Amino acid sequence: MARRYDSRTTIFSPEGRLYQVEYAMEAIGHAGTCLGILANDGVLLAAERRNTNKLLDEVSFSEKIYKLYDDMACSVAGITADANVLTHDLRLIAQSFVMSYLYQEPIPCEQIVSSLCDIKQAYTQFGGKRPFGVSLLYMGWDRHYGFQLYQSDPSGNYGGWKATCIGNNSANAVSMLKQEYKEGETNLQEALALSIKVLSKTLDMTKLTPDKVELATLTRENGKTKIRVLGFPEVDKLITVYNEEQAKIEAEKKKEAEKKKASS
Amino acid sequence: MECLIGLQGKDFILVASDTMSARSVVSMKQDQDKMFPLSDKLLMLVCGESGDTAQFAEYIAKNIQLYKMRNGYELSPHAAANFTRKQLADALRSQTPYNVNMLLAGHDKEDGPSLYYMDYLASLNKVPFGVHGYGGFFSLSVMDRYYQKDMNQDEAMKLLQQCIDELSRRFIVNLPTFNVRVVNKDGIKNLGILKAKPTSS
Repeated sequence: MARRYDSRTTIFSPEGRLYQVEYAMEAIGHAGTCLGILANDGVLLAAERRNTNKLLDEVSFSEKIYKLYDDMACSVAGITADANVLTHDLRLIAQSFVMSYLYQEPIPCEQIVSSLCDIKQAYTQFGGKRPFGVSLLYMGWDRHYGFQLYQSDPSGNYGGWKATCIGNNSANAVSMLKQEYKEGETNLQEALALSIKVLSKTLDMTKLTPDKVELATLTRENGKTKIRVLGFPEVDKLITVYNEEQAKIEAEKKKEAEKKKASS
Repeated sequence: MECLIGLQGKDFILVASDTMSARSVVSMKQDQDKMFPLSDKLLMLVCGESGDTAQFAEYIAKNIQLYKMRNGYELSPHAAANFTRKQLADALRSQTPYNVNMLLAGHDKEDGPSLYYMDYLASLNKVPFGVHGYGGFFSLSVMDRYYQKDMNQDEAMKLLQQCIDELSRRFIVNLPTFNVRVVNKDGIKNLGILKAKPTSS
């Protein structure tokens, strides 16, 4: 009789679980991968692009990475329609903090994340609605804590991370990041290389192509935050560099194996 | 009748407020402190309707403390001033407006010292020096003549003394004593009471 506790989001099951929230998390497990890495001199977000039909007109400059305001951008994994609603809310929260003349200052990163999570949480508690099937990664800068990376999920939980991943195969990506991430000594260039490496190993495709990846960086220049979506040639170059490196390692491995064969 | 004075120095804000509490034409007491600390490095000087001043200043002070508790960091003087402005502007358009004028003196690690001038109509201005009340008619001209950017504390005190001397010389209302405080990177410091020096003529 599991269905008795399925149909409503606000009802606990006898084991103390909220099925609808768990299903929403499950939905994200099948969505395109997004990852974020915090570096000393900036933050980056990388996202897998799934809709790569050549007939698709490329109107929007990026499909999964949204600029929220001057100091922040986010990427989404999950139901895109839900994500559009949430990014709309995020932008509204950011502007009402500034434009309502309440503070006349950009909203600090954690405050906007927690404001959105209050909305997400409400959908897990008040009746008749389903939770948002969206996890988000946020990258941002504020005067209090500098560069920051946050993740939030459908339950309304959120946390700050140094490197993390959501979406398809994210558990593998996170464990890779855990191994490879050097705390406090990663610069943005290394972080970019790392993001390509992790993506190419975790995405279920034989070869990574630049049209499958979206990359954005957030840096500070002359006292201003700069958010940049990397162009096709730049992503292509990063992938080429990675492929060359991999080829080198492969070749060395082969040589070693031949040496072993010869000696035995 | 009341008088609030503030001026910005090199790395501090020097403020003074008269100590008179009056009702109608009667002076009720002569040791009223019109300064309210909002946080460690933020000080609000308030004058106006006597009940409104305490009520509004306390409301703002508590909200600024609440922000600090919620977020783990303080509002910058700039944000605090704009928050105060918003509250006053909303109240102004309600059934129960506050009749208060204020000066906000603050120090920020990045922005340095800053002084904000706001009247009961919620017009906010960042100023190098500012005076509220009739005292402005006398002391602002002194400030215009002698104020210099990047003054040190001794020079600022001297200018403040000049302003208060001018008040005692020309102003028909008797404001004999002023509370003086300074806001700098170390916080708010009480500099005691300043009196007008007896004039020679």
